[in-house]
Amino acid sequence: MTDPFIISFTIFVLAVFVGYHVVWNVTPALHTPLMAVTNAISGIIVVGAMLQVVDIDGQALSVTSVLGAIGIFLASINIFGGFLVTQRMLEMFKKKK
Amino acid sequence: MQNVSAILYLVAAVLFILSLKGLSSPVSARRGNTYGMVGMLIAVLTTFAVMDKPVYALIVGAIVAGGAIGTWKAKTVEMTGMPELVAAMHSLVGLSAVLIAVAAVFHTGVEHTPVQKVELFIGAFIGAITFTASVVAFGKLSGKFGAKAVTFSGQHLLNLLLAVAMVGFGVVYFFTDSHAAFLMMCAIALVLGVTLIIPIGGADMPVVVSMLNSYSGWAAAGIGFTLNNPVLIIAGACVGASGAILSYIMCKAMNRSIVSVLLGGFGAEAAAGDSTASGPKSYKSGSAEDAAFLMSNADNVIIVPGYGLAVSRAQHALQEFADILTEKGVNVRYAIHPVAGRMPGHMNVLLAEAEVPYDQVLEMEEINSDFSNTDVVLVIGANDVVNPAAQKDKNSPIYGMPILEAYKARTTIVVKRSMSVGYAGLDNELFYMDKTMMVFGDAKKVVEGLVKAVEH
Repeated sequence: MTDPFIISFTIFVLAVFVGYHVVWNVTPALHTPLMAVTNAISGIIVVGAMLQVVDIDGQALSVTSVLGAIGIFLASINIFGGFLVTQRMLEMFKKKK
Repeated sequence: MQNVSAILYLVAAVLFILSLKGLSSPVSARRGNTYGMVGMLIAVLTTFAVMDKPVYALIVGAIVAGGAIGTWKAKTVEMTGMPELVAAMHSLVGLSAVLIAVAAVFHTGVEHTPVQKVELFIGAFIGAITFTASVVAFGKLSGKFGAKAVTFSGQHLLNLLLAVAMVGFGVVYFFTDSHAAFLMMCAIALVLGVTLIIPIGGADMPVVVSMLNSYSGWAAAGIGFTLNNPVLIIAGACVGASGAILSYIMCKAMNRSIVSVLLGGFGAEAAAGDSTASGPKSYKSGSAEDAAFLMSNADNVIIVPGYGLAVSRAQHALQEFADILTEKGVNVRYAIHPVAGRMPGHMNVLLAEAEVPYDQVLEMEEINSDFSNTDVVLVIGANDVVNPAAQKDKNSPIYGMPILEAYKARTTIVVKRSMSVGYAGLDNELFYMDKTMMVFGDAKKVVEGLVKAVEH
């Protein structure tokens, strides 16, 4: 049985390669939207935060769930802010009429 | 259910990759952004479905509150303020990585395996460094802390000692499960984030912001390892790779090695470097009317905008001027140096905001060979990126930095406040060439003068 860490590590290494190749193809004109959208995507950490906000031994409020909720709050700022500001920027990029 | 959720997470990860892929062209970028949003929605809903006894009120409340703030910021931020917004968002990812790691450590009833403990440690310390470093970067960018590099002797030794202490507490946590040791480790990492960034000067901030972008991705991936969650790992790894590539591109554009940027202290040494200028040199200056006359009689004009243009908010007036020239049959294009703005691609966004069509805006490699066939180059708010010393003077601190070859054009017009030096603290030979005309004044006033002169 393979250790789950090895599976995760395999995914990680392959994802770095995919990211590397995809990002080199991004046009330099869109590097600022790229940063904004990667900010939104790193907001995926919200999933990790959500998993902490559970009932523990019948208690809804614990150190874990409150810290998790703050994590969700912060990550949500990134998700909404990142995607919407990217959209706002991309709408400005227009061709010659 | 486990398998269904795994597939849904995979779909989300693929959508994230597609959203990055969309950015290869402005045409596909908007659709890409929508893919990203859908991916995020799928990931969040899937997480709800797999959770055991979630506290809905807390989760939904936190998403609504955060979402409202994020939406408000996205709608109101000025395009010149993008670097600050991006730095602020990096800090949020860093802080939430720390909070998640601490929450997981305090999660009663969950035993962490040795591997998970190491992963928690890595996720937490990268997150903590990203958090405070981004806060300092935000402060420097917004001018709240002053952009100067802060250096003192023993700085690198101090950083090393902090790093050793941080790892030491990590080891204590590993063997004893002591919560206090884990918190101490996080606290030291927070301090380390500050001490690592303060020696880096304002001119190097584009590199720092890109680098923190990368860190925020690695922090997310680190948390993904702890939770064995592939979507976090994939998204984090892509973001990490993206930030690393952007840092590399920025370093190359400034001809600096990443190591020398990180060790810091730029600006101070460069300013001291140039004391060789011998006496006052002569230059030609002219009025906005003269400049407008030259450009309206040219066939080809290339505009080289720098950040000074955005500071004086002259981009809209400049595009108005470019439109009039185009109507008169002049071929007008913009040439962008990779470090023209304060973050990668910043100037492109500022021009797009001023309704400059993106097919008129060219990158350095695309346009450099055209300068020698160009009648007039208008340099406005830029300095170091057109300094021929980068190609000709082996003793110059910027020697080897790629530049826009504006000096090869038949005529160069430079709009500047005065003859003062740029970021790198260097004199610019271009200003003293016979074919160069200086137009002194605030960029916006000069451009408005240009518009007035060609309107009739």
